[in-house]
Amino acid sequence: MAKVVVITSGKGGVGKTTSAAAFAAGLALRGHRTVVIDFDVGLRNLDLVMGCERRVVFDFINVINGDANLNQALIKDKRNDGLYIFPTSQTRDKDALKRDGVERVLDELKKQFDYIVCDSPAGIEHGAITALYFADSAVIVTNPEVSSVRDSDRIIGILASKSRRAERSEAPVEVSLLLTRYDPGRVARGEMLTVEDVKEILSIPLLGVIPESESVLRASNTGTPVVFDGESPAGRAYIDAVARFLGEQREMRFVKPERRNFFRLLFGRA
Amino acid sequence: MGLFNFLFPPQRNSASIAKERLKIVLAHERAGRHAPDFLPVLQKELIAVVGRYVEIRDDMLRVTLGKSGETSLLEINIEIDGAKPKPPRLSPA
Repeated sequence: MAKVVVITSGKGGVGKTTSAAAFAAGLALRGHRTVVIDFDVGLRNLDLVMGCERRVVFDFINVINGDANLNQALIKDKRNDGLYIFPTSQTRDKDALKRDGVERVLDELKKQFDYIVCDSPAGIEHGAITALYFADSAVIVTNPEVSSVRDSDRIIGILASKSRRAERSEAPVEVSLLLTRYDPGRVARGEMLTVEDVKEILSIPLLGVIPESESVLRASNTGTPVVFDGESPAGRAYIDAVARFLGEQREMRFVKPERRNFFRLLFGRA
Repeated sequence: MGLFNFLFPPQRNSASIAKERLKIVLAHERAGRHAPDFLPVLQKELIAVVGRYVEIRDDMLRVTLGKSGETSLLEINIEIDGAKPKPPRLSPA
């Protein structure tokens, strides 16, 4: 049975799209047929992060309105056969994302895919609620910073009350924490909330910690999900998070300050 | 060490301040999360009604929904200590 996973956060700019791209690519690398959908109507960006911006012809709204069929709109990733991108529309009409239309499209996608990853827009308005409404699992992307943690708590509350699972009194949406832009050095100096602090405050299970890393910007510059950069700490941390999502035990890496490496200092790659 | 700390009191690190502030604000927000939507409106209307008879400020009336054992409890606290009674209204002619 296909699983719908929403990548959400409440706050903007914490790394939802980066995480959705990396997470979906990570699932595909593990051999699961995966589609990643952009729910941020009007502010399409997943296509850029996935590197397929020049291949967008039809979008989510076209399919909902019946102007195109699903297979015309899905973009097949060039790096992995099991990975597809479903871009959103640049329309300014945010309400174009009708709930029954979204449900119809998701039901159709469920027949073709193992995982449907929904990249939520920021906020708690229509688009964000629609993105999380049909979720079976939710990955809460949080930065170790007060406003992000507060907004995450808010979104966790909304998942518990406004999702379809909540409305139908079914088993609740499985919620887990993905802590991004983590800087172990600053944590050690007492300048940043620790993993344990955020876990304790939000009291949800930890899926992964993604260290602040130069490779993330490099990945979005080139339109390559960061998991395809197997060398980078962030890429490896996402691969670990995906493994944990699939039920594997993996030790948390990149949560302690790195020792200064002479060669790294010389060549400056993180 | 004791003397050193006495002479140079350690700066409280900002991460622990962040944690403490978050815990307080979230405890408050979580408590209000399950409140039904009608509470703020009810509160406003009650203030308007009570305000016809005594002078009352918005913060003097609080409506909360709590639990006492098995029963839900709608609690309305009106503080009128020191509130000035309003002159009786003229009955409509």
